[in-house]
Amino acid sequence: MSYLTARKEAPEASNVMVKISGLSLYYGNCRALNNINMDIMEKKVTALIGPSGCGKSTFIKCINRMNDLIPGCRIEGDVIVNGTNIYKDGIDVSYLRKEAGMVFQKPNPFEMSVFDNVAYGPRVHGLRDRHKLAAIVEHSLKAAALWDEVKDRLHQSAMGLSGGQQQRLCIARVLAVEPSILLMDEPTSALDPISTQKIEDLIAELKEEYTIIIVTHNMQQAARISDMTAFFLLGELVEFDRTAQVFRNPSDKRTEDYITGRFG
Amino acid sequence: MKQNGAYHRWSSKEFILNNRKKQKRAQRIAFAFMYIAAGIAVAALFAIIGFIFANGFKAITWDFLSKGVKDAGREGGIFPMIINTLYLVGLGLLFAAPVSILAAIYMTEYSRQGILIKVIRFFTTNLAGIPSIIFGLFGFVFFGKMLGWSWSLLNGAATIAIIILPTLIRTAEEAILTVPASFKEGSLGLGATKWQTMRRVVIPAASPGIFNGIILGMGRIVGETAALFFTLGSGAKIAESIMSSARTLSLHLYNLAKEGISVQNAYGTATVLIIIILALNLIAGWLDRRISRFKEMR
Repeated sequence: MSYLTARKEAPEASNVMVKISGLSLYYGNCRALNNINMDIMEKKVTALIGPSGCGKSTFIKCINRMNDLIPGCRIEGDVIVNGTNIYKDGIDVSYLRKEAGMVFQKPNPFEMSVFDNVAYGPRVHGLRDRHKLAAIVEHSLKAAALWDEVKDRLHQSAMGLSGGQQQRLCIARVLAVEPSILLMDEPTSALDPISTQKIEDLIAELKEEYTIIIVTHNMQQAARISDMTAFFLLGELVEFDRTAQVFRNPSDKRTEDYITGRFG
Repeated sequence: MKQNGAYHRWSSKEFILNNRKKQKRAQRIAFAFMYIAAGIAVAALFAIIGFIFANGFKAITWDFLSKGVKDAGREGGIFPMIINTLYLVGLGLLFAAPVSILAAIYMTEYSRQGILIKVIRFFTTNLAGIPSIIFGLFGFVFFGKMLGWSWSLLNGAATIAIIILPTLIRTAEEAILTVPASFKEGSLGLGATKWQTMRRVVIPAASPGIFNGIILGMGRIVGETAALFFTLGSGAKIAESIMSSARTLSLHLYNLAKEGISVQNAYGTATVLIIIILALNLIAGWLDRRISRFKEMR
């Protein structure tokens, strides 16, 4: 199977969900991202590829301001999510993170029951109604293709699930807060091939409803699941185009060298 | 492994085995010293505990555990001291535990990791090493005279709270730092506030370590004598209010032994004290094993 036979459909003239203009990011004096400009389309899967340390994880964390947690991190430029400039003063970071939910590299369920993990988000945003919570938990677990595996153990600890199940639980946990955007930071890098396959199938389903931005080390994965691909190198966005275009006919020599395995 | 035809392998079997003999001898000598050192440590511990128990168990009867003091402790039991000890533990922790947990949260999560934190950390480290009698003097002068609390459960509890605070802050801080960062990211990433993340995810995950510190603090309260001598006084009855002077097991033991009142009852009291401390340490050890399960997850 070759990743050159990627999906055909081009992103039609759909809406821009995340508009990034002139984004640079510094850790202290060290520049990790340099003048990134990117329009990320609604209800498409956008894959971010590039070698380790190229800034793709740093970039994805700009979209829900998780970089705020890092001391000495400074940002220039604009990130506009669904029409709101998220680096302007006075925006509600909690609401932003609800809207742009994040799935992390390593599954990180809380030390609680399966149910409480999924209900955590709605609860912290103030939802108390037990019937509603139960409905949300069931709906989210079904959407994350985990319901059948855990419906008889909803009140047992989530730490007892397998790695792949834990990651789908983390996806369900994010879906429960009803985001518009799913940010996935190498969500399958800690998983076995079968669990990876399940997550990839899930992503294909979820893109009907969500704008998905996924960081991946795995170029075949990017080719399989994404509509758009962005290639990052040393903090710069080298190429951003339809996935088929990037993999079949890259316009930049560095992209070609990377996807043909000459480095990285 | 040939280089320019002149390279000879150095690792002949004879060379390795020859040197192995020397290495084994060095190991035997090192192990011998370790056994001796460990033996001395264990023997000293068992000698003390065995000595106290051998003399103390004779004194322990139901009446000894359940009756009040008679004739300054020559007769009767230690029931009021057991209750007073529990009162002091409860009240001391009521003061120290919330303060220490909030301070630890502040130090790990809310403040910038700057000079202020270094100063606080320096003081919590060094406060823990100050002899408790200094705190006793402080409690005597400040709480006792200036605030007029005299010798009382309140004064004793406030003083002992200050004594155990540095230990409690440090154990709580370490427990919070042991919680994997991914828990915090997961919670913040869903839009939870810092405080929600702390209260619902981080503190519950750190709770075995925090309780471990609290139990070490309990042990410290049960064992403290010098500072309480100045602040708690020596009332030999069950404290009627927080303004009553009282006497813990340790203070009672001190009285019995120093005044030569009853060596027999002093041993009995010591035995009860040791049993309490051992029980607390066993619980602390168990909790410590529970929190260390995170260490491989970091």
